[in-house]
Amino acid sequence: MESLLANFLAKYNYWAYIGLVMIGMYAMIAKRNLVKKIIGMNIVQTAVILFYVSIAAKKGKTIPIIAHGHEDTGHHAVQALDYISPLPHVLMLTAIVVSVATLGVALALAIKVYRQYGTLEEDEIAMRIEEQ
Amino acid sequence: MSAHFPGLVIIIPLVAAFLILIGALLDRRLAFPLTALALLGSLLTAIGLLGKVIQTGVVEYHLAGWAPPVGIAYRVDHLNALVLVAVATVAFVNLMGTRELVKGLFEDRLGPFYTLYILLIAGLQGIVVTGDAFNLYVLLEIAALTGYALVGMSEGRAPLSSLNYIFIGTVGASLYLLGVGYLYLVTGTLNMADLAVRLPALYPSKVVVSAFVICLVGLCIKMGFFPMHAWLPNAYSHAPDPVSSLVAPLVTKVMIYVMIRMMLFVFTPAFAFDQMAISEPMVWLAIAAIVAGSFMALSTRRLKRMLTYIIVAEVGYMVGGFWLGNRLGISGAILHIVNDAIMTLCVFLSAAAIISKVGSDAIDDMQGLFKKMPVTMGVFVVAGLSIIGVPPTCGFFSKWYLISGAVAAGQYGFMAALLLSSLINLVLFFRIFEIAYFEPFHDHHGDHGHFVSAVQEAPFEMLVTLVVTAVLLFALGIYAGDIVSQIIDHAIPVGIT
Repeated sequence: MESLLANFLAKYNYWAYIGLVMIGMYAMIAKRNLVKKIIGMNIVQTAVILFYVSIAAKKGKTIPIIAHGHEDTGHHAVQALDYISPLPHVLMLTAIVVSVATLGVALALAIKVYRQYGTLEEDEIAMRIEEQ
Repeated sequence: MSAHFPGLVIIIPLVAAFLILIGALLDRRLAFPLTALALLGSLLTAIGLLGKVIQTGVVEYHLAGWAPPVGIAYRVDHLNALVLVAVATVAFVNLMGTRELVKGLFEDRLGPFYTLYILLIAGLQGIVVTGDAFNLYVLLEIAALTGYALVGMSEGRAPLSSLNYIFIGTVGASLYLLGVGYLYLVTGTLNMADLAVRLPALYPSKVVVSAFVICLVGLCIKMGFFPMHAWLPNAYSHAPDPVSSLVAPLVTKVMIYVMIRMMLFVFTPAFAFDQMAISEPMVWLAIAAIVAGSFMALSTRRLKRMLTYIIVAEVGYMVGGFWLGNRLGISGAILHIVNDAIMTLCVFLSAAAIISKVGSDAIDDMQGLFKKMPVTMGVFVVAGLSIIGVPPTCGFFSKWYLISGAVAAGQYGFMAALLLSSLINLVLFFRIFEIAYFEPFHDHHGDHGHFVSAVQEAPFEMLVTLVVTAVLLFALGIYAGDIVSQIIDHAIPVGIT
């Protein structure tokens, strides 16, 4: 039991992202409102982004900006170990753009659906479709 | 010049997308010629690249001169060169064939339509040539987002179907990204070739196993593999006709290519086939996909919907063929990617021609069409025969490889499913041929007393493209042996027998 708890606490970032993915999936499956589903979808994407960002972190290290890099050259070598890894952050910059774009397209389509059926509730839309 | 082919394949359509958007603001009529020019350029580049790969072997291209694993590398071998040519061909032929249809449907939105069209192609071609796992995700989302927008462009049920497609597609892409994240976590690299070098030492690790499973599930969702196919029939059958005939042949096929790429060249066959031991369940799922897809196709009386269910079954062919794990099966799967792309293009294009003239996509409204649209229906027959798998057409040869592979692997269930699906396809298409050939024509939509039939042959350029695709179906069939021995044999790693 204790080892389980220790395991949980030591890797809490993974548990956090798994929890977020589950919340997002739940919203997409269980909610009947299209906007709520879109929010769920965005939570899933954000969870993956947070996962990437969290794996870049190192305890007690600093952001990867080399202060006074120009004057100091030659005095001491830059130790990559002293800095958190910037690569996942850069990757996620792209992923954030992707998720914003997805959100935009999804909301635009939701507007189109609303104009057509006058509602965003899936059950009511299904009823309208059957009426036609 | 030819050294930059792998980069140009993406850069031409990407730059053209902006030019088209700006050009269309000045004059709407500019959109089509610009798109045609750009797609012709990327088609020629793709063919040039295939020729180069056949002559000299793998082509490596470092974007902006940064060497991998730091920079992004585009790596073109026999496998992606072949798929690239198929993608570029389908994109160009479909563009030519659907010109009139697009003009009719999106008169006021030609600029945005063609911009999305060419961005979709840029995304798909990028997916095919890239050698970087994260770059692949970005291009996959470019292709997916433009696909959603294109599907949602028409009225009716399309926006809702497209929204459901977004939900499921995004989950699929996010899972792929997560899997790549796991791989990055243990190896510290995103370059595919580099991953393949570093992974074997880590195969016992649970992280690698999770990455494998998560990636595979994500890709299966994206390719519409049964039972994750629910988004596909709605999205493809409610999409506007010129869009269906573009996304239906390409998107699922490119996703199957990605699966093959990941399984063979990132995870090695030793890991994917031997250590994971999921070949058997995957083949059984493929059997389920083929049987379910065929029966669902049988249950509908709408032309486009029937064709989308056939796609579900065809995805089963390719995934099953790949997971047979032997040279014959994988050759069949790769050959079928190309053949199915052209076959699907051919049936969807003729369906688009028929629907635009008849005004309905119910099979029962197709009476007497052989008289009214002889060329279109002739091409439709050729495509149908190819999907059934009748010898001179290309569908026969990939099916032959798949069945031989199934026999060699001892997977008689898969063989039975392929044969059953051929029989059901026979029923599906001959049902249509019978209605269109034997039942006399009467117009459902004109005024009945004294109608002059409005239905006539499709526009000339559409007929030309239809005939070209039909000829391609025969050509691919006749040269199937050469394609396999010259290209596909080199695409499969040597270890697989």
